[in-house]
Amino acid sequence: MKLTVTCTVNGREVRADCEPRRTLADFLRHDLGLTGVHVGCEQGACGSCTVLLDGATARSCCLLAVQVDGATVTTVEGLADNGVLGPLQEAFRSHHALQCGFCTPGMLATATELLRDNPRPTEAQIRTALSGHLCRCTGYQHIVDAVKAAADPGEPEAGEEQHRS
Amino acid sequence: MKAAPFAYVRAAGVGEAVAALSEGALVLAGGQSLVPLLNMRLVRPHTVMDVNRLDLAHLHRSGADLVLGALTRHRQVETSPLVRRDVPLLAAAMSHVGYVAVRNRGTTGGSIAHADPAAELPAVCVALDASFTVQGARGRREIPAGEFFLGPHRTALAADELLVETRVPVPPVGSGHGVAELSRRANDLAVVAVVACVAVSEGTVTYARIAVAGAAPTPIRATVAESVLLGRTPSADVIASAADAVADATDPSDDLRAPAAYRREMAVVLTRRALRQAVTS
Repeated sequence: MKLTVTCTVNGREVRADCEPRRTLADFLRHDLGLTGVHVGCEQGACGSCTVLLDGATARSCCLLAVQVDGATVTTVEGLADNGVLGPLQEAFRSHHALQCGFCTPGMLATATELLRDNPRPTEAQIRTALSGHLCRCTGYQHIVDAVKAAADPGEPEAGEEQHRS
Repeated sequence: MKAAPFAYVRAAGVGEAVAALSEGALVLAGGQSLVPLLNMRLVRPHTVMDVNRLDLAHLHRSGADLVLGALTRHRQVETSPLVRRDVPLLAAAMSHVGYVAVRNRGTTGGSIAHADPAAELPAVCVALDASFTVQGARGRREIPAGEFFLGPHRTALAADELLVETRVPVPPVGSGHGVAELSRRANDLAVVAVVACVAVSEGTVTYARIAVAGAAPTPIRATVAESVLLGRTPSADVIASAADAVADATDPSDDLRAPAAYRREMAVVLTRRALRQAVTS
């Protein structure tokens, strides 16, 4: 049994038929060809498949495609403007925040949400926000640096989401 | 892995949802636990019933209670000014649940019905004597949190009942709270977590609630530890004896995250920390 899913992805209205068991991640990759969505663990642990769903981060492996009917999705392909990298992407590039790039689309989605909700995060807040993402090559430091560089310059405010150890 | 095939229904009303449950459908709310279980084929339902479009995302104060519809999302509860004012322990505990991406989707009803013994929200419900409103084919009933959790992922919810609402009694004005948690990395699933809420009046403890997650098959209320505090000055010594009393209430088991003895010891240490936060916040 296939169901029709209609949603807005990266500003474009799309429509595709898929089985209920299709995750949003597989729907974006296989039905829409958006292979910037990376599938790592399929159990919500690695963060690679994170996208923005109605503006809020979501693990696309932990959602069924049929659930996003009528919603708005932004993938890494939607973060650049006509092929021009956004400021966060540019910061990732200039700070060597990626090697193989597998975790990058998820990192970018989370950092986009973080900087929108908290434009001047502390380093601890950046690390807490990124803690749900696994990177197996760079060792995180350059990723943290890139997010810091893309943040609004100025002193971080005394935020409430301090790093907890 | 990919999920095995299943049929998908989107419930338009609570009555319709309950009818589907009696035919063996599994409830899909936030999906943060269910979809991984589907992907790993640890569950293979014939029907998944999506309840996300039900009108159950309400969050309001009703008399002495804070009322959380089953579809309130963790992030919504965590950031709600009402929750932060009336039950700050709940908002604080929510910030420990998964990552923001998980909290954006995960629901209070889902977390309670899933009944992970290490989860924070069930522990808060047990600590504050919350009650759950469940709807079945024969009508609604209320289940106190203390009677709801029966074992790991086992609850008093019948197969054809849907959790629709949680009522959390608001703690006394001026009470402090503490959340102390041990996890392998920030926001990972807790090994052990302790939540506490304490009111002190004229130097004496007048209200004390303590619950522990991850140290028994269900979240547990540490009533003996609470009685150690009540009527006394919350000095370091009194807090230490209350925390020591938590050890006997625990019933931990060994697993790949931690041996039982370590969990029991951590329950004591974390109770001390949570109580210290509670009496200084």
